[in-house]
Amino acid sequence: MKLTKTLIAGVAVSAAGMAFAASHGNMANELTLVSWGGAYQSSQQKAYVEPYLGMHDDVNVVWDESSAEAVAKLRAMNEAGNVTWDLVDVVASDGIRLCDEGLAMEIDPDEDLAAAPDGTSAEDDFGDLLVSDCFIPQIVYSTTFGYRTDMVPAGVEAPSKICDVFDLEKYPGKRSLEKRPINNMEWALLCDGVAKDAVYDVLATEAGQQQALDKLGTIKDQVIWWSAGADTPQLLADGEIFMGSTYNGRLFSVIEEQKQPVAMMWDAQVFDLDGWIIPAGLPADRLARVKDFLTFATDTQRLADQAKYISYGPARLSSAPLVGKHAELGIAMGPHMPTDPANAKNTFLYNYEFWADYRDDIDAKFQAWLAQ
Amino acid sequence: MTDSSFQTGTQVGDETDSQTGLMLAADGTPLKRSLARALRRQKVRALLLIAPLLLFVMLTFIAPIADMLFRSVENQIVSETLPRTVAKLDEWDADTGVEPGIETFEALYVDLFVAAERKLHTRLGTRLNYEMTGVSSLFRKTGRRLDDFGEVYEDQFNALNAAWKDPKTWVALLAAPGWTTAQADWAKTKKGAEPAFELRPGVAMMLPRTAEAYSEFAKFIQEVDQDSPTDEDPWTLVHTALYMDLTTPGAAYSGPMPDLIAEARTAAVNFTKFDLKQGFLDADKDWADPQVWATIKTYAPKYTPGYFLNAADMQLTPDGIEARPENEQIYGLLFKRTIFMSITITLSCIMLGYPVAWLLANLPMRTANLLMILVLLPFWTSLLVRTSAWKVMLQQQGVINDVLVWLHIVSDDSRLIMINNQFGTIVAMTHILLPFMILPLYSVMQTIQPTYLRAAKSLGATNWTAFWRVYFPQSVPGIGAGSILVFILAIGYYITPEIVGGTTGTFISNRIAYHISSSLNWGLGAALGAILLAAVLILYWAYDKIVGIDNVKLG
Repeated sequence: MKLTKTLIAGVAVSAAGMAFAASHGNMANELTLVSWGGAYQSSQQKAYVEPYLGMHDDVNVVWDESSAEAVAKLRAMNEAGNVTWDLVDVVASDGIRLCDEGLAMEIDPDEDLAAAPDGTSAEDDFGDLLVSDCFIPQIVYSTTFGYRTDMVPAGVEAPSKICDVFDLEKYPGKRSLEKRPINNMEWALLCDGVAKDAVYDVLATEAGQQQALDKLGTIKDQVIWWSAGADTPQLLADGEIFMGSTYNGRLFSVIEEQKQPVAMMWDAQVFDLDGWIIPAGLPADRLARVKDFLTFATDTQRLADQAKYISYGPARLSSAPLVGKHAELGIAMGPHMPTDPANAKNTFLYNYEFWADYRDDIDAKFQAWLAQ
Repeated sequence: MTDSSFQTGTQVGDETDSQTGLMLAADGTPLKRSLARALRRQKVRALLLIAPLLLFVMLTFIAPIADMLFRSVENQIVSETLPRTVAKLDEWDADTGVEPGIETFEALYVDLFVAAERKLHTRLGTRLNYEMTGVSSLFRKTGRRLDDFGEVYEDQFNALNAAWKDPKTWVALLAAPGWTTAQADWAKTKKGAEPAFELRPGVAMMLPRTAEAYSEFAKFIQEVDQDSPTDEDPWTLVHTALYMDLTTPGAAYSGPMPDLIAEARTAAVNFTKFDLKQGFLDADKDWADPQVWATIKTYAPKYTPGYFLNAADMQLTPDGIEARPENEQIYGLLFKRTIFMSITITLSCIMLGYPVAWLLANLPMRTANLLMILVLLPFWTSLLVRTSAWKVMLQQQGVINDVLVWLHIVSDDSRLIMINNQFGTIVAMTHILLPFMILPLYSVMQTIQPTYLRAAKSLGATNWTAFWRVYFPQSVPGIGAGSILVFILAIGYYITPEIVGGTTGTFISNRIAYHISSSLNWGLGAALGAILLAAVLILYWAYDKIVGIDNVKLG
């Protein structure tokens, strides 16, 4: 059943690809992809770059691990009038910013992306996750907490609620939080008695921002602030911290691959998206190649395949049922997806619009508060 | 050529013109000129030799830095994106406490419509959002709605006469006859670019708004879409402009298609109106906030001190310069901390580096070489590896704490906190920068004759006096060179404080990096960088005044 589906999807895609190639004349054979490196990039490599190269012998893919500085670098390239990247993997908020700055190209999902196998248009298949006109989501990831199971005090149940992070009496020990206001402010308000749907209204006010900082202040001297996604897994593995926030895929590898005594605490996880943008102003031949690759790399089967290598949820609705087992560990990936119903009982979606407006302002206050 | 050789030359080789008293060279030209020519040639040759380096440094170092620093005052984006609005806002007084009048909204409509088509409005929104929270989404939201504003008029014009649906009607009304012929000639071959659109002379008097809106449209279609205005329906902005021209009294119309215009003029009076101001307020109620307008007005000039004020924990408001609220002040603290920590790191490098350099300079060659390798080995190791190694050493479950607990010096539940704070940063950076202190010290100490010390001692000096009065003064140039190197490197450091600095050990450079790569506020990043550069230059100048830069020796 699955094999036939894959075959059908594959044939459909390659046929579409050929038709595209025929209608667009010559395509560049060099493709520069920008991604994050590490396990995430290798999941992309295995799920869709290698299959694509298998279909196109003459294409050469070059990776650039610059996603963390993509916005600044792309702006610099654009100003210099020499954009060397073809397709850039960024988080959604950066995608929105690149779109705002005119550095990313707008795309038409129905024209540029493959429809789902059952004929659902790409626009409906991605649904709400198309948060910007320039951004093609690949995965849903979440920022959530992990904790060391061997550091839970005797006679106390394991932490399971977000507010346990703020409870130093019941769960003494260090925590790690990201060195930026996003997510932390929401969690703080949530645990300071603010209702979930009022969080952003409160956070939009001076008093609300102070309230959140005050709440964070109650644990400030027990917090190690991280700025790289690898920090929390490392701190957990070293036993430096009791609990800490990071991306769910990082925790998956600490728990399942490195077999550390760490458990997930999915409560109040914040969903975010990661996906592609096409830099604005590519020459026609490179653009044709990028679009051809993009159609392939974001189709239903390819996104589902990616989940074999990393525990991030595919951004297409139609991919979810196709998610299978981990390619090396052989464990079912479904229960490790942030979108799995058991994990997604209490979730946030990163509020792109709010943070686009308030990021600079709240970040200034947050950093000033941190430095004091 | 030195003076003595000059004299010798004249005495021995050159003839003296007895009549004029001029000294002549062998070829008969006056010696002075000949000499000047030879010197000039030498200079040019020297300049040519270093020209590649000079050019390289200019192109890859000075020019980019100058360009980057220039961004700290540059602010053309506001007046370039909203030229009409900015002009109208000149007459508006922010102190009135009410939003500006309808003419300003009309100007904003034109500016923002053009900007939205060119996708520049969100850029401006991001720029102004640095100054006032919420402007980013205000511009983005409004940009999406602008197209709908004029639809009412487009529909009514089209219903009135089908001719308005034809792009050619608009061209016939507004284009210069010369352009129409040139365009028709071009259309036959389609070679090269279409001739740039020109307005019919006089039409700007009769239909001012329409002419302006249409020429913006034509420019956009030709430049950005690479299309021809003869094939494209004009923006709804043009319809709105035409409606406004027809319903406000102006010069009588005397161009082509007078019937069409007359018909429209009669009908337009009864058109359903669209309230522009209300349209803006419906898109976002913030347009009624005078603060938004005041921000646009404050940041309208082409150059702004705003970034520098931000970098000094102040802000530019419509009422003048103000200190930032206390809970947002951070840069002053970070500058002070950066300088204080850099000085501490420099001092600890001197304390640790001096004895090592002394040993290196005074031990027998074999042992000294071995020590030298120990100094250089960390120098050859990646910066990240060394920083991470300090993490492993210093963290609470790290090597040092484990040893201390094992020795029962500290108890298991009160392990020392030595990282993610100032202490961690100072330790890690001292270690990383130590070779920059040791190497210049070593090369200076090697030149100090050991006989001086022996002489001092034989004249009755104690060990300490001999060192302090004889040896140490001779090693000061090395300390100076090492200190300048270490201090200037430390003040701009950013990777190590980012990794081990926690919240109390971060430097100003971490904020600069944030503004360059994350918040994209390059203007503020440039202002902070400019201040840092100025601070370094001032300290260098002070060093020169106090110690003297001649006293610095790198070898």
